[in-house]
Amino acid sequence: MNITRGFTGRPRVHHPGLPPGQYDAGDEWPVLSAEVTPDLAPADWTFRIDGLVAEPRTWDWDEAHELPPSAYEGDIHCVTGWSKFGVRFGGVSLDAFLDVVRPHGSATHVVAYAHTGYTANLPLADVSGGRAWIVWEYGGRPLDAEHGGPARLVVPHLYFWKSVKWLAGLRLLDHDEPGFWEGNGYHPRGNPWEEQRYSGD
Amino acid sequence: MTELTTETAGATEAPGTAGTVRGAQERFAPPTRFAVPGRIAVSPQDASVWRTATLTGIRRETPRVSSFRFAVPGWPGHLPGQHLMLRLTAEDGYVAQRHYSIASAPDDSGHIELTLDHVEGGEVSGWFHTVARPGDRIEVRGPLSGFFAWPADRPALLVGAGSGVVPLWSMVRFHRSRDMRVPLRLLVSTRSPEDLIFAREMRSETTPVFTRSAPEGEAVGRLGAAHVAPFMAKQPPGGWEAYVCGSNSFAEHASRLLVAAGQPVERIRIERFG
Repeated sequence: MNITRGFTGRPRVHHPGLPPGQYDAGDEWPVLSAEVTPDLAPADWTFRIDGLVAEPRTWDWDEAHELPPSAYEGDIHCVTGWSKFGVRFGGVSLDAFLDVVRPHGSATHVVAYAHTGYTANLPLADVSGGRAWIVWEYGGRPLDAEHGGPARLVVPHLYFWKSVKWLAGLRLLDHDEPGFWEGNGYHPRGNPWEEQRYSGD
Repeated sequence: MTELTTETAGATEAPGTAGTVRGAQERFAPPTRFAVPGRIAVSPQDASVWRTATLTGIRRETPRVSSFRFAVPGWPGHLPGQHLMLRLTAEDGYVAQRHYSIASAPDDSGHIELTLDHVEGGEVSGWFHTVARPGDRIEVRGPLSGFFAWPADRPALLVGAGSGVVPLWSMVRFHRSRDMRVPLRLLVSTRSPEDLIFAREMRSETTPVFTRSAPEGEAVGRLGAAHVAPFMAKQPPGGWEAYVCGSNSFAEHASRLLVAAGQPVERIRIERFG
């Protein structure tokens, strides 16, 4: 351990929900997108799943809202170091979409992509089984554009760069392909509890 | 400096036919414009190693901002616009980690510089501004990320506010140190002349915008369309690559101004504080 002379840090708060190396952002919700926030109206939003599926399908805003509602209440963690506790997102479980397209048995990974072209790769197991949502509400209100509105992916058990804003689609693959940050040196999976920030962590 | 490979930026494949499966050799390309293709390939090794950085000097820039110079044995080199992760460790093992942009241009001095705002109540910036002295050792890993890097291959229009000027200033320093001919311009928003970081070093490449108080005879006001228009009217061949850095609200404002002035969205890279 390399002690930094004279460094004490902020008061220690024991929070079992805080992954290693993270701090509590409190009421802050930093925005870190690398691209211009798109001007995307709900009427222009679509979401498609294709690749290794039985029936590729595109949903528009109204069709997506006809699926059974589901909410995520809990914590989120950003690779830059902040965590945010007790957030509430409203939308639909990604399982509801996957059930319609029926993934092939050979599908192992997905590339999630945004209407801006941003991409993130995820194991299929990380976006199914009640672990991922498409959301359009935050705290009971429509999701702000700078936070990914009209609709974004939320995969709360991984670092938040995986939770693609302005979600446009998922491509199911039989292999892993790096997305935008993963191609920029970040970890392929990004589990905050194992502090998988960068490639090699 | 480590040799870095420039990737083909903006390369887009035609989207696959609906429902078809791409072969393993073929990289998936989203059927939408890729907003911010990476500029350079990054080394996973560089990002994974913690290195000891020894503070060798502190230089005051403004009443709230100072530059910190470090000797970093083994530093693999960087391009301007890249950042690093830094960590401080308390005696009880408590660790604080932060991402900071690199302020210095790439050189072979074995040193790098960070230029840090003194954030109210900030545990890390507070340590730097009130405790740190030459000889202190911290740890860094990097350089990180390639999307905001500027390999000096394209004309660059830099737009920053406050300490958002730091990674942009690394680009200006790089440009000067190699006596480059590729066009480079900086628009920087600051509260007042006293708060303008690197003011002593700024020359004709820089256009400051003062939001609260300005030198005698200069305008006070927010960055606006009129500031951006002259750069868009006189574009270099091939157009500008725009780099925007600052708070989220500034980044939203500045990027909208650029889009409204005709700058293509896929040629605007944004680094936001947070």
